[in-house]
Amino acid sequence: MADEGHMEGEKTFSTVSGIPIKVTYTPDDLSNWKHQRELGSPGEYPFTRGITPTMYRDNLWQMNQYAGFATPEETNEWFKYVISQGAKALTMALDLPSQCGYDSDYPLAEGEVGKQGVALDSLADLETILDGIQLTNMRFSCLANAIGPSYLGMLLALLEKKGIPPQEVLMSMQNDILKEFGFRGTYIFPPRPSVKVTCDVVEYCARHKFNNARVLCCCAYHMAEAGATPVQQLAFTLANATAYIEELIQRGLNVDDFALNMDTFQGTGMELFEEVAKIRALRRMWAKMMKERFQAKDPRSISLIVRAYTQGSYFTAQQPLNNIVRGTIETLAAVLGGMQLLTTSSYDEALALPSPESVTIALRTQQIIGYESGVTNTVDPMGGSYYLESLTDELEERATALYEQVQSMGGAIAAVESGFYEHEVAKSAYEMAKRKDSGDKVVIGVNQYVMDEPRKIQIRRIDPATEQRQIEKVKKLRQERNNKEVEVALARVKEAAREGVNLVPPMMEAAKVYATLGEMSSVLREVYGEHKAIKI
Amino acid sequence: MTGEKRIKVLLAKPGLDGHDAGAKILALALRDEGMEVIYTGIRQTPEAIAQIALQEAVDVVGLSCLSGSHNTLFPKVVRLLQELGVGDTLVIGGGIIPEEDIPYLQERGVKAIFGPGTSFTSITNFIRQTVNPSN
Repeated sequence: MADEGHMEGEKTFSTVSGIPIKVTYTPDDLSNWKHQRELGSPGEYPFTRGITPTMYRDNLWQMNQYAGFATPEETNEWFKYVISQGAKALTMALDLPSQCGYDSDYPLAEGEVGKQGVALDSLADLETILDGIQLTNMRFSCLANAIGPSYLGMLLALLEKKGIPPQEVLMSMQNDILKEFGFRGTYIFPPRPSVKVTCDVVEYCARHKFNNARVLCCCAYHMAEAGATPVQQLAFTLANATAYIEELIQRGLNVDDFALNMDTFQGTGMELFEEVAKIRALRRMWAKMMKERFQAKDPRSISLIVRAYTQGSYFTAQQPLNNIVRGTIETLAAVLGGMQLLTTSSYDEALALPSPESVTIALRTQQIIGYESGVTNTVDPMGGSYYLESLTDELEERATALYEQVQSMGGAIAAVESGFYEHEVAKSAYEMAKRKDSGDKVVIGVNQYVMDEPRKIQIRRIDPATEQRQIEKVKKLRQERNNKEVEVALARVKEAAREGVNLVPPMMEAAKVYATLGEMSSVLREVYGEHKAIKI
Repeated sequence: MTGEKRIKVLLAKPGLDGHDAGAKILALALRDEGMEVIYTGIRQTPEAIAQIALQEAVDVVGLSCLSGSHNTLFPKVVRLLQELGVGDTLVIGGGIIPEEDIPYLQERGVKAIFGPGTSFTSITNFIRQTVNPSN
């Protein structure tokens, strides 16, 4: 009987997903494995090895910086700084009030303005943020989810003012509302109308042929950070994608009309081999789902673009410089997995907003792996490893079973409404937390090799006057604009919501007359209601 | 003779921060330790938190914040509890809170901060040593 690596009285070895790990892996583990079927060639179905034939040999992945805090003016300066340091893609983080559709002077916004990202109260703020930035050269992503149509409306209004055709802009939005419930929390409306609002953005871009836009990013990262295992990440993300695709097909679109606007956002954790296997399994599962479930024909629909972020939840507040090493391992996992865009967490993630120094080290981590390690010189260098291929297959099998379970309960929307996702992930998170707490799962600097250390790293602070300045700015805006026009525009948004038509065009008109984000969201709240978190 | 009354804990997330993996884990851990735990869910106003604390007659209020608004919101909850006449409730906090902010919070009534890497036992020991379950 083959040794499974688990004997009475000895340690058990298993991955984060709970897959047992053997002493060693041999060709016998791949006896039913067929290279052409399981892997295919790079750039060909089922895309396990990568979505292009030559991957990083042509160009390395896009090295991303996550930025946007305090005021629009400071964000604009920060963007110009990271561009000068070599960044080719920007992600704009919005502050929590903006993400939740509240203006800076809303009561619940107190203490939150400009902290998690930049305050975006109206088109005026977006104009300041992007002043002097060449949008046609950059992939510009925004962490807009619940506010999808409002944000797109603002961006389109800005582009129109600047005379830039939207088709030429590499715009991205996260716009994945289903993962907000229970894992990230910036929802506004209940799940069902939220999906409608999300799909309005995708439908608009598809019908207007914004082929460069990525406006539906099915995210696994946040649930991973909340404690979801790789198996759960795969199953729930694909189930969420399924829900959106089904809604859009119901609107009369062909899957190939909009799937090119979709991508995914993955976290990479510390369990190196399982993380690489996860990304490969994800590409293969996506390809099979698009081809078999949705009859997609376009290769752009069937191959999945992967954006990645190293999982800062593994980073420690203790001995923070150790996190540079963790970031290196997690970055390596993403590179060996074959992603297209990567942000590496800064070493001070467990402590505060990133400092310029920590962000630069994060970028250098990617550059050093990309230019100095040689792993990019061949496609999918770990392919064919007995262990890796066994893991990839096992992850796909377990994730498919969980995906089917979600479908049988009515799909992702039902899984969110019932709290199924939340409870499953909380269970996994608690199991891992107990293992760390008991020391069974070693965390260097926290439960082993603990040191008494004063923390001397520089912490970035948001100027407390920021909130007051932003509040005054939005109050002034409301006085100086044409409020009659705003009233009319907002009434049109409400009407569109009542009639169930696409929200983007009326949102664009509202943005142009400087309706605030809070006002745009409020009229929708009146129609759809607000979601209330489930208590445990 | 009745058994010892269980310690009652309210875990809450004030403000807009939606990251509650830690709060959920702590809720489960404290329940496993025999405490009674209510977790409010995310996006609570300080006013709502203080009201629930009063209505449920909790011994402890644990506040979680990862969005940087702790200096504004935690002291506000303490103040509101005092105004409602339950100022002797133990208030503790967790999340992403820079070490230099801890004295500021302690001066304003947040008795302890438990940041990333804290063990379950250090929290439960602190609660047990500090609280006398109300009769």
